Amino acid sequence: MDLNTTFEADKDTVVMSSLLRLVKSTIGSKSLVGVTGLGLSLFVLSHMAGNLLILVDPKMYNLYGHALVTNPLIYLAEMGLIALFLAHVVKAVLLTFVNRQARPQKYAMASSGDKATSAVTKTMWAQGLIIFVFVILHLFTFKFGNYYEVIYDGEPVRDLHRLVVEVFAQPGYLVGYIIALLILGLHLSHGVGSAFQTLGFNHPKYTPMIKKISCLYAFIVAGGFIAQPLYVFFIYKG
Amino acid sequence: MGGTSEKTINLKLKIWKQNGPDDKGHFIEHEAKSVSTDMSFLEMMDVVNEDLVKAGKSPVEFDHDCREGICGACSMVINGNPHGPDTATTTCQLHMRRFQDGQTVVIEPFRARAFPVVRDLVVDRSAFDRIIQAGGFISVNTGNAQDANALPVPKVDADEAFASAACIGCGACVAVCKNASANLFVSAKITHLGLVPQGQAERDERARNMVQQMDQEGFGACTNTGACSAACPKEISLENIAQMNKDFLKASLKDRS
Ligand code: HEM
Ligand code: FES
Repeated sequence: MDLNTTFEADKDTVVMSSLLRLVKSTIGSKSLVGVTGLGLSLFVLSHMAGNLLILVDPKMYNLYGHALVTNPLIYLAEMGLIALFLAHVVKAVLLTFVNRQARPQKYAMASSGDKATSAVTKTMWAQGLIIFVFVILHLFTFKFGNYYEVIYDGEPVRDLHRLVVEVFAQPGYLVGYIIALLILGLHLSHGVGSAFQTLGFNHPKYTPMIKKISCLYAFIVAGGFIAQPLYVFFIYKG
Repeated sequence: MGGTSEKTINLKLKIWKQNGPDDKGHFIEHEAKSVSTDMSFLEMMDVVNEDLVKAGKSPVEFDHDCREGICGACSMVINGNPHGPDTATTTCQLHMRRFQDGQTVVIEPFRARAFPVVRDLVVDRSAFDRIIQAGGFISVNTGNAQDANALPVPKVDADEAFASAACIGCGACVAVCKNASANLFVSAKITHLGLVPQGQAERDERARNMVQQMDQEGFGACTNTGACSAACPKEISLENIAQMNKDFLKASLKDRS
């Protein structure tokens, strides 16, 4: 028998088993939720910032979108995002089941007073589910929505601006979007700071600051997104 | 009793009765009359039990031992709060002056899959013992004790280790957590031992084994609600959980086995 190959094989399975154990553990799972959550948080910030161009000029907005989708790296970025999103959702949902099973019988009364906890932190999973549904609808509305074209300097470019104006002319869409984004804001206000704790960072000097920054981050992201349809609905005049 | 302005109150109690782990359980109602506000909650329960026995009913079983807030035996969820409404207080140290005349008080056992009810308000917390057995110790060879000065411990570390060591293992963290997570308990033990030099040799193994045991016992995961720390009679901080996460992640990535 070739001792070397068996040794190599064993090493492989050993590496797998210790990593697998990590990924399956509650703390490993939660860390994955934290890392992917932070990745998604960076994405939503950049997504919001880029789209703010809608407040500036329709052409700039369309050209920004065009530059993104014509960049060959877009597929890599999209796959990365999908992976982050799915890992976050799958691990978060699995953990929610584990957490539910850990208390089969509910209390007759909820904790209160000094021992009560905030509703935002207790409903992260429900916020997540709403965000999940929203993201799917959002992709169908915009990415896979009506395709309009506009010609800039002889080059055809997708007229996303027109689609956005058309969609948000409907009050129902406007309200639904704002609610979804407020929920994303709640998710981030707890999530960003919480991820630091999950990943092992808690310091009496910095943690109170991180919690404040987390709320500010959520406010900026949600506020920046919400400003866009509001502008389109109330201010933009074609 | 000298020096106290004794007052009495009447309470409507709703107390959980459950004949054994497999019984469905139910609430019984009991009027507690003329309860001295100087009594502790457990003393109030003792009087309730005397009344129940006198009336030919079976008493309510509950855990207690030291009755001075140091052993972690007492439990109970009082109006939704483990150890009652006061922070940094165990049920045995909770006083009846904290309640109002005529108030309804709902008394339940700690509820968690990993803490099955033995009877009434008594739950089996041996899952905690098994977690400790998995690594919550320091192995020391017998022989002469080392000179204390040979093992310098920075004051900050000593203080932090002491704060973590204050955990009495009562399980209120599990009881209050919406996920019945044992993170605060386990992290207090891991942090306490991980901060002192004697705990270093087994630090990685301890983190891996204790977390694995914790998961196997059926406790939930942490979602950073902070309920545990708020309900903890010893005010164990969430810093412990972050430290455990860090130790566990590091130890798992370093694992060669
Ligand atoms: C753009 C979308 C999203 C962003 C930016 C985001 C961000 C985050 C962040 C930063 C955390 C904190 C992680 C931690 O505490 O370690 C988190 C936690 C969580 N997320 Fe998301 N998330 C998003 C979407 C979702 C979706 C779609 C779901 C579920 C279907 C979800 C469910 C959860 C759950 C259950 C937690 C754990 C909450 C807890 O520990 O209390 N999230 N998320
Ligand atoms: S009986 Fe010992 S802590 Fe309450």
